[in-house]
Amino acid sequence: MKKTGAEILWECVVREGVEVVFGYPGGANMPIYDAMLSYPIHHVLVRHEQGGAHMADGYARASGKVGMAMGTSGPGATNLVTGIATAMMDSVPVVFVTGQVAAHLIGGDAFQEVDMTGITLPITKHNYLVTRADEIAEVVREAFYIARSGRPGPVLIDICKNAQVESCEFEYPENVKLPGYQPVDHSPKEALENAVKLIEKAQRPVILCGHGVLVSKAEEALMNFAVKTQTPVASTLLGLGAFPASHELSLGMMGMHGEVHTNLAIQNSDLILAFGMRFDDRVTGTLKTYAPHAKKIHVEIDPSEIHKNVAVDVPLVGDLKTVLTDLVPMVDEYDHEEWKKQINEWKSEADARSIMNWPDDGKLYVPHLIGDIWKATGGGAIVTTDVGQHQMWTAQYYAFDKPNRWLTSGGAGTMGFGLPSAIGAWFANKEQEVWAVAGDGGFQMTAAELTTAVQEGANVKVAIMNNSFLGMVRQWQEFFFEKRYSAVNMLSPDFVKLAEAHGVPARRVTKREEVDEAIAWARSIKGPTVIEFKVEMEDAVYPMVPAGAALDQMLQRPVKK
Amino acid sequence: MNYTFIALVENKPGVLNRVASLFRRRNFNIESLAVGRTENPEVSRMTVVVDCPNGDMDAHKIEANLYKLVNVIDVQDVTRQPSVTRDLALIKIKVGPEKRAEVNGLAEIFRAHIVDVAFDSVIVEITGTEDKIEGMIELLRPLGIVEMVRTGQVAMTRGLTDGVRRVQGVTGNRYEDVSEMAEMAP
Ligand SMILES: Cc1ncc(C[n+]2csc(CCOP(=O)(O)OP(=O)(O)O)c2C)c(N)n1
Ligand SMILES: [Mg+2]
Repeated sequence: MKKTGAEILWECVVREGVEVVFGYPGGANMPIYDAMLSYPIHHVLVRHEQGGAHMADGYARASGKVGMAMGTSGPGATNLVTGIATAMMDSVPVVFVTGQVAAHLIGGDAFQEVDMTGITLPITKHNYLVTRADEIAEVVREAFYIARSGRPGPVLIDICKNAQVESCEFEYPENVKLPGYQPVDHSPKEALENAVKLIEKAQRPVILCGHGVLVSKAEEALMNFAVKTQTPVASTLLGLGAFPASHELSLGMMGMHGEVHTNLAIQNSDLILAFGMRFDDRVTGTLKTYAPHAKKIHVEIDPSEIHKNVAVDVPLVGDLKTVLTDLVPMVDEYDHEEWKKQINEWKSEADARSIMNWPDDGKLYVPHLIGDIWKATGGGAIVTTDVGQHQMWTAQYYAFDKPNRWLTSGGAGTMGFGLPSAIGAWFANKEQEVWAVAGDGGFQMTAAELTTAVQEGANVKVAIMNNSFLGMVRQWQEFFFEKRYSAVNMLSPDFVKLAEAHGVPARRVTKREEVDEAIAWARSIKGPTVIEFKVEMEDAVYPMVPAGAALDQMLQRPVKK
Repeated sequence: MNYTFIALVENKPGVLNRVASLFRRRNFNIESLAVGRTENPEVSRMTVVVDCPNGDMDAHKIEANLYKLVNVIDVQDVTRQPSVTRDLALIKIKVGPEKRAEVNGLAEIFRAHIVDVAFDSVIVEITGTEDKIEGMIELLRPLGIVEMVRTGQVAMTRGLTDGVRRVQGVTGNRYEDVSEMAEMAP
């Protein structure tokens, strides 16, 4: 049957299981928008393409499915770029479809012509420039397959306007032919045996649980491995939730703002089992002194991550779930009592400094607020954040017991991610409670999406942690630039009025005793709400490993006088 | 140390750009890059010479990163493999009739050819290993080189042996398999 390129796009997209698309129309994608009306697609009209990109990203992270976002050519497409890079850095499967000028105009600086495949080459897993209608079916099939398989990532399809309107014979390609693309799934037996030999010898093993555990749906395999070998589990920022925070083997978060006992455990370990993580500089501190006594086993689907930052003793390339499932029956049971006892001692020393034990001094502290939200939501909400202090405090104090509830921009550290990703996550599961913990700075980067939330009736609860500062930058200036504050003092609009102008019910909270009631109020409303918390302006995130320091050189919270 | 890789890639628009962009992005230093068709119209072949200050560790990085490109089918490291490597240079020398014989003599020693003769210049074509070409250039330099172009190295292993493939789990895709590569069900 003959169809237009635009129709073929939707025929294929619908077959990939896409139900919701986040986008923005313009001259170069009008045929795509026209054809969309005939297909069972819910389109969310965003207020800025970056917002759409983060929504598709949040949708993908929360649902485990491929997200989809669209923009027109030129500025519409370049507005997506930050969102594409964010998805790339965190290995999130999103297919981006942009309009492009007609093929015969390419290279002539036509109106709204921008070389999108050129621009996105380094920030996509793969990309396509489509100049003919008869390419579309295969390209879409490939794009979705590439986005979700192996190490997932964003794929961009740039479709020339002529390809959208021209017609051709449509036959759905059941298979794609990608001779150069073959993700590895399992590791050979000999490699696993080498790993077992190291595990047998270990006295002080630690598991480093990364985002790959969630991507590969290896939570259960990880649990089986950890429990059988009684190995404590430390998480990366993006790995939180893959192993229950409340489990006795859980060490919580590692790295720059990781917990003291966690970083000490890593530095003193004799075996590191790195599962689906990539030894980012934010989790290792300086590499010169990183885990100096530890042998290292690295399970990872992307071979280019092996030896990239940290040379390892046994690399196991493959799908984490498959590798762990193969490995569990090969290992013996251990108890590692002494090691766990040592870690617990470190933990109780550090706990004495915890801000959670501070008495109420009339000020609002973000860690307390996160604890309050955690309590009110039973620890079960999807929580998104912007980037900065509030992000780290949320990671530290919202103890995630379940997978795929914690959505944050880790690799890229993109401010403005919180609200739009929350809206996207709500589309993944409309019954699920969703909170966006925002910074006063980050919130203002994508605040326009409040109206999108209203238009869609998205039931997202925004908590703005307003410290009147670009807090994390201020903290660095305090610690490392002799408190010379430069461009961090931030005037904000009246967030309550701003929200109300968007039609969003809003409140301001300045005292601890108002907190529980405000949270309950927000939860009782169906639809978006905003609470602005006026928090302590100059609190700092602890512990902190200064950039370039060793992982166990942590600045700790001063003891409260 | 310089490493030599042979990469088979899909013959599609933009693939060279993807490879070049990757090398730039990951901070690998390309010494020479030659691309051309193969006996299979769907496959192009690249010979890439890269400086690898960290030896095999860098070589692993390069192979693994190349495989991340969807269009890259196979990567071999032929650095330590018995192989034939060739570079071709065209060298224009400013010489009048009185010195042509000297150039001719040198050309013969290096089994090079004079492929153009003008009133005041000649073009020498030489094919061979890097070393051989460098050697000839040194001898021609005093005569006055005015222009030179080189293709970059191409390489092929001797006999039926392959180069080294370091990346775990990625099985080398031989030339002849590519056209009938099993279709993958997503
Ligand atoms: C788009 C973008 N620009 C700049 C930065 C650098 N940056 C990191 S944290 C931060 C401060 C964020 O301030 P705010 O949103 O108020 O959060 P807080 O740290 O105060 O909790 C900045 C500017 C960034 N991560 N992203
Ligand atoms: Mg702030």
